[in-house]
Amino acid sequence: MSDYSTELRPSTIGPAPGAPEGAKERSAGLWADAWRELYHNPVFVVSTIIVLLVISMAAFPGLWTDTDPERCQLREAFEGPSDGHVFGTTVQGCDMYAHVIYGARPSIIIAVFVTAAVSLIGTATGVISGFYGGWTDTIISRINDVFLGLPFILGAVVFLALLADQNIWTVSVVLIVLGWSSITRIMRGSVISAKSQDYVEAARALGASNMSIIRRHIVPNSIAPVIVLATLYLGSFVSVEATLTFLGVGLQIPEISWGITIAEGQLIAVSQEVPHLLVFPCMALILTVLSFVLMGDALRDALDPRGR
Amino acid sequence: MGRYTIRRLLQFIPVLFGTMFLLHYLQTVSIQINGNPITALFGDRQPPPETLAAITRSFGLDDPCLTQAGNPCLGMFGERLWNYAQGDFGVDFTLQPVTDLLAEALPITLRLTLIAIVFEAIVGIIAGVIAGIRKDKLADNFVRISTVLIISVPTFVLGVLVQILSGLYIGEWLEDRGAPEWLLAVFSVTYQSEHPWASLVVPGVVLGAFSLGFIARLTRTSLIETMRADYVRTARAKGLPKSRVVGIHALRNSLIPVVTYIGLDIGFLMGGALVTEGIFNIPGVGGLVFSSVRAGETPVVIAVATLLTLVFLLASLVVDLFYAVLDPRIRYE
Repeated sequence: MSDYSTELRPSTIGPAPGAPEGAKERSAGLWADAWRELYHNPVFVVSTIIVLLVISMAAFPGLWTDTDPERCQLREAFEGPSDGHVFGTTVQGCDMYAHVIYGARPSIIIAVFVTAAVSLIGTATGVISGFYGGWTDTIISRINDVFLGLPFILGAVVFLALLADQNIWTVSVVLIVLGWSSITRIMRGSVISAKSQDYVEAARALGASNMSIIRRHIVPNSIAPVIVLATLYLGSFVSVEATLTFLGVGLQIPEISWGITIAEGQLIAVSQEVPHLLVFPCMALILTVLSFVLMGDALRDALDPRGR
Repeated sequence: MGRYTIRRLLQFIPVLFGTMFLLHYLQTVSIQINGNPITALFGDRQPPPETLAAITRSFGLDDPCLTQAGNPCLGMFGERLWNYAQGDFGVDFTLQPVTDLLAEALPITLRLTLIAIVFEAIVGIIAGVIAGIRKDKLADNFVRISTVLIISVPTFVLGVLVQILSGLYIGEWLEDRGAPEWLLAVFSVTYQSEHPWASLVVPGVVLGAFSLGFIARLTRTSLIETMRADYVRTARAKGLPKSRVVGIHALRNSLIPVVTYIGLDIGFLMGGALVTEGIFNIPGVGGLVFSSVRAGETPVVIAVATLLTLVFLLASLVVDLFYAVLDPRIRYE
C-alpha cells in the first residue's frame, strides 16, 4: 500500500477557513453541498452500487449462489466455463463462480474492520496530539514516526511471519498496528488548522470546555480528509489483504479468498493454458478496489472547495 | 533553515531506536509465544537437548528472558545495538553472515528500484503535465482514467498478468522471429544473471506502475493549482510564451510535492520489491526476506528488515532536508 495521504493536505480539504458552519444560510453547508454533487455524479453512483453489491456478496453469499464452494471434485479441476460452472472450475475442481462470491467475505471483513479501527485510533490520537500540543503531541508524534518509518508491506510480512497462525483476526490486528499512523498525521494537521479559527476562540471566550470545543467545533470541521482517506483505505486494505494472502503470509488454505484463488491459479494458468483461473478472481479484485478508489476520489472532489 | 535541519536530525534519533526496538520486541514476543525457532529447524527429528542448547547459544537465543512472556529483553536489545554498531548483523542458519547475503542481494534490488523510479518519474511527470495543461480535454480524461485504473490494480495482480503476457505471448513471438538475446531477456519470465539490467526492465515497470499513477495525479493537481497562482498570471500577462510560463514558472513550484513523493517512494518500492521479486523470481532483498520467512529464520528476517528500514528512514530524512532547500518557506512549526 502506498501513502494516499500525500494527496491529502489538510489545508485543501474541508471547509474553507473562515467560512465554517455559519455558511449554512447561504449555500447548504459543506456536507449538503457535497452530497448534492455526489448524487449527480454518475461515477460515484455506479461505484457505490458496485461496492454495495460486493458487500452483499460478503454478507449474504447465499443470495448469489446455491453452489457450495467447498464441494470440489478433483476430476473436474480447472475446466473452462461451461453450463454447469459459469466461470469454470478452480485448481481443486471447485466452482469458480462460488469461489469468487465467497472470496469477497474475508477481504471485506478485513477492510471494513481495519478501516474502522484505524480511523477511530487515528482520529483520537490526531485530535489529542493536535489540540493539546506540547509534550502529548511530541510523544504521540514520535511514536507515530516509528510506525510511519516501517515500509508497509515489508512490516506486514515480517509481523505476520513471526505470528504462529494467520487468520482474519491476526491479519487485521497487524494491519491496524501498521495503518493508524497516516490518519493520525492527517488529523493532527487538520486539527491544528481548525484550532486557530475564530469560532474556536469565540467558543472558548463563551466558556466552553475543551471537550465540548473538540466535539462541537474541532472534530466536525477537521474530519473531512479522514473520511476521504478512509474510503481510499477500504480499497487499499482489500488489495493489501489479497497481496499478503498471495505471498503466503495472509489467510491460509481452508479459507476462501481471492488472494488464494489467484495464487493457486498463477501456478498452472500458463502451463495448462487455462486463463479463466486468473481472469475471474483478478477481475473481482480489481473491480472492488477500483470502485473504492473512484468513490474516494469523488468524495474528495466533492469535499474540496478548491477543486470546484 | 539551520534550526529546521537540526531539529529534523534530532528527531531522527528516537525514531531510529524506536523502529529498531519495535522489530526487536516483535522477535522476542514471537519467540516467547512460539518457542525456540531452532527447534522448528529440525522438525520431527529433534537433536539431543545438549546439542539444541549449544546451537541455541551460538545464535544468541539462550537468554532466559526469552522464556518470560511479555519481557522486552532490554539486555538483548542493547547487545543487538552494540553488534549492529560494529556492522555485525548476525548469521543465518547455515552460518553465512547476513551482511554477505545482503551484499549479494542488495545490488539487484537497487537496480530494480532504480528502473522503477526512473520509469515512474519520467512517464508520471510527463503524463501529469500534459493532463494539467489540458485540463478537462481529451488528454486529461485519458490520463485520469488510466491512472485510476493503474492505481486499482494490486501490484501482484499486475505482475502475474504481465508475466504471462510478456513471458509467453510476447516472448514466444519474439523467439519465432529470431530477436537478439538481450531483447529476449527483457521479456523473459525470470531474472537472468547474465542480463542484469535487461531482465529487470519488465519487473521494474510493474513495480513502478502504482506510483506512476500516483505521480501523474499529484503532478496534475499540483500544476492546476499553481497555474491559478498570481505569479503565473503575471508571467502570462507579460506575454511570455506558454512553454516558459509552464516550464519555468509553474512546473518548478508544482513539482515540490512530487519530489517529496518520489523520495518517500524509495521506501515503498523496497516493500513492493518483495512482491515483484517473488513473482519474477529475482534473487534480491525481497527474495531473501521470503526464503528466510519460509525457513523460519527470524534472525535473518529481523536483520534484513532493520537494514531496509534504515534505508527508508535515511531516504525520508534526506527528502525532508531537501524539501527545505526546495521551498525556503518551510519552517519547523
